[in-house]
Amino acid sequence: MMVNHDVTDRMENIPDEKFTIIGIDKDAEAPTRPRVGYWRDAWRRLKENKVAFAALIILLILVFFILFGPAISGYEFEQIDADAINKGPSAEHWFGTDDLGRDLFARVWQAGRVSIIIGILGAVIASVVGSIYGGIAAYFGGAVDDIMMRIVEVLLSIPYLIIVILISVITDSKSLGTMLVALTLTGWCGIARLVRGQMLQLKSQEYVLAANALGVAPIKIILKHMIPNTIGMIIVAITFDIPGYIFSEAFLSYVGLGIQPPSTSWGALASAAQQNFMFYPYQLMFPALMIALTMLSFTLLGDGLRDALDPKLRK
Amino acid sequence: MEKILEVENLNVSFNTYAGEVKAVRGVSFELSRGETLAFVGESGCGKTVTAKSILRLLKPPFAVIKPESKIVCNGKDVLKMNKKELCEFRGDEVGMIFQDPMTSLNPTMTVGKQIMESLMIHKKLDKKAAREEAIKMLKLVNIPSPEKRIDNYPHEMSGGMRQRVMIAIALACNPNVLIADEPTTALDVTIQAQIMDLMMELKTEMNTAIILVTHDLGVVANFADRIQVMYAGEVVERGTTKEIFNESKHPYTWALLRSVPRLGSESKEELYALGGTPPDLLLPLNHCPFADRCEYCMPICKERKPPETVLSDTHKVSCWLMHEKAPKVESFYDRRDK
Amino acid sequence: MAKFIVKRIGYMLVTLFIVVTATFFLMHSIPGDPLAHMARNLPEQTRENYYEKYGLDKSTSEQYLIFMKNLVTKGDLGESLRYPGREVTDTLLTNASVSAQPGGLALLAGIAIGILLGIVAALNKNRWPDYIVMFIAILGITVPVFVLASVLQYFLSVKLMVLPTTGWGSWQNVVLPVIVLSFGTIATYARYVKSNMLDVMGQDYILTAEAKGVSKLNVVKKHVLKNAFLPCMTLLVGQVSGIFTGSFVVEKIFGIPGLGFYYINSINDRDYTMIIGTTVFAAALFVFVQLVVDIAYSIMDPRIRVK
Repeated sequence: MMVNHDVTDRMENIPDEKFTIIGIDKDAEAPTRPRVGYWRDAWRRLKENKVAFAALIILLILVFFILFGPAISGYEFEQIDADAINKGPSAEHWFGTDDLGRDLFARVWQAGRVSIIIGILGAVIASVVGSIYGGIAAYFGGAVDDIMMRIVEVLLSIPYLIIVILISVITDSKSLGTMLVALTLTGWCGIARLVRGQMLQLKSQEYVLAANALGVAPIKIILKHMIPNTIGMIIVAITFDIPGYIFSEAFLSYVGLGIQPPSTSWGALASAAQQNFMFYPYQLMFPALMIALTMLSFTLLGDGLRDALDPKLRK
Repeated sequence: MEKILEVENLNVSFNTYAGEVKAVRGVSFELSRGETLAFVGESGCGKTVTAKSILRLLKPPFAVIKPESKIVCNGKDVLKMNKKELCEFRGDEVGMIFQDPMTSLNPTMTVGKQIMESLMIHKKLDKKAAREEAIKMLKLVNIPSPEKRIDNYPHEMSGGMRQRVMIAIALACNPNVLIADEPTTALDVTIQAQIMDLMMELKTEMNTAIILVTHDLGVVANFADRIQVMYAGEVVERGTTKEIFNESKHPYTWALLRSVPRLGSESKEELYALGGTPPDLLLPLNHCPFADRCEYCMPICKERKPPETVLSDTHKVSCWLMHEKAPKVESFYDRRDK
Repeated sequence: MAKFIVKRIGYMLVTLFIVVTATFFLMHSIPGDPLAHMARNLPEQTRENYYEKYGLDKSTSEQYLIFMKNLVTKGDLGESLRYPGREVTDTLLTNASVSAQPGGLALLAGIAIGILLGIVAALNKNRWPDYIVMFIAILGITVPVFVLASVLQYFLSVKLMVLPTTGWGSWQNVVLPVIVLSFGTIATYARYVKSNMLDVMGQDYILTAEAKGVSKLNVVKKHVLKNAFLPCMTLLVGQVSGIFTGSFVVEKIFGIPGLGFYYINSINDRDYTMIIGTTVFAAALFVFVQLVVDIAYSIMDPRIRVK
């Protein structure tokens, strides 16, 4: 396509005014895509991720039943009915009954309260402690950081469940509080390492250096730059930890060290149902299903959150 | 001179969640044996995508080279090659070096093995012969003690040395064309000069044609035979180095030239910076892409694409200012000498 | 390099020391009389003999010193509280060799299958093989081990009767435990390998390899795999830990007389010497595996090797 100052037909028809210089239009807004804030963008990405969103919905449904299930069932979870021992699922007892004739539907959701609370509380406590620890280590750096991390390393080399079991045996109390202590005693180490790593990386990031060079006060740097970038990671870590805590509690109960009657948890239900599994599989199935579903949903949600909150994936 | 590479009407798009981003819009150019062509333009103008397309390194289905494009190298139609032919083509007829020497080399493979890999695939050398050849290549790129260095891992070398290794890898099979994608951007200035000097030497010695992709006009001045200036996926001006530096006609080229700080200028004025931002490549842009940022913008510029005006065999520009009805303007690059 | 190894061994010993000491003192801080349950109905003199035998007449610190001395010089962890005459160390070693069979197999199978699945998933991203692998992986991570064990036992042993339900002695007893125990490892490795491979495949040096004309197969073989697998070594410790704790449940359900089985029993029996012994053993195992992994990793990763 070469025009050598020859005027073609099309060219001739262009009116002269088209060739007056008007320069840069200072008022014109170049068409750009709307800017979206970090959280709004993350929420949008999460919604687009169908799997993660489905997981969120499932969790909400579970929470609903946990809160209102026992009420809906019409039975008390401790209500014993000698006539209805070990009955399979039916119209009166949607999940069947256990060997004392207690309605399993009510029991499962009652148990759910304990399991979920332990899961969430455990994860949150461990994360808060771990984040603070990690943040301090990263902030001070040097020898302080070294020592703090050595401690974490030593704590981490001991298998988690062994510690949990030990604490439970030693304290010999099966209350919720003790269990939480046992679970979080070394649970915070993982998060501490993550947070510290992230903060150290942020510290040396160019924009922190830039802020420093611009004279921004250190505390402001921490609050405005380092924490927002770490919160996303902490949220994801919590979400991933929750199933771990639920599992640990279930495991403990299974081994006989967990929640004791009259309270119950999913793990305890599963443990009790173990003996009768051959004959009444549903007794194990329902709590097991709930455990699996909850763990699965949190894991998928965590996956989705991680993708949604990763600033590098912002498009 | 014999033409070694011909690209016609190259159109490359990316399929993103927001729509089709047309990164390269109808780019055409030729390369003769032994000559150096520079692609110049700011980030996002499509020069790297164009370069990568020659080797078909962009991944479908995300990146798509549109069917109306044509790439012919040494008589072969690159876009029609099957996988086997493509693998034979890459590294042997055309070599490429990339921007960041820190990440462009496999960290768990010795430098020597990475050079030898190319030799063993294309020249069918056995291990021993390949190793000797690799040492020769290291010598060629001025790496001291090549017999020792050949067993180094990338992290044991400095940035400048790694880039030399990249060059050695790319030139190992004596390709006809070397594509250098911003080879010195990640290096500091003194190393930059060394690398560019090395490439000059090699180009003369091996008569390799070179495509140099860069946003830095300073690097281009002593190195390239011809320059094509790209903006928003299109070529807006092309010519020999002399023509571009001394007789350029496109306002964007003027802006690029103007932005290079001049040593010895007496005035204490601010460094020139072109205002505004490049256009969104999602949009079709049926007019001159530079219109929004052009000091000399005319109404016609916002309505229609300018035709390509031929000023000489080598010098072509796409700008409405070339139209006979347009007013004559002074290049503000020349302006500042006054 | 040698300095590095010595340093890591040092850490290992320090950690072990802390664990053993902490466990000892924690166990001894439990109020009440460890022998009370057993010795309740014994005449006074016999009781005193027992106390003396177990050293319980001495102060805690003295007991600690004796304990450590025995442990370090003879590897002697004392005798079981519940079953006097049974040496803890001997019992542990016997039980461990039983547990090692399904455990070891599960580890090997888990890693091998997990890696394989991970590669398949990475190379077929977003196509059906990927989805299947990810599904299996999710199952392995979220379904608790006792559920999996029970379900498999129900279907394969009870309903279909292809495998024995419990017991120990023939190879058939090993099948189900291995399947159950390896599931978690398969899942973890599949996810990790896939994620790592995708990471590596997005790196610049892969582009360099392609630009050289290396075929897709060789790109994966020579460039992707090595870089993707290296970090997988760090998973090993967690997996050993997981299989170990998983064995508590699996051995109970399938009636395997292994470490986990007896550990659970000793907890319920309040057999403190056994508990301390098993804990020490477990800690030693993990710390050792960690050490091996650390050293192996530093040998294999050239970036760390050359120090």
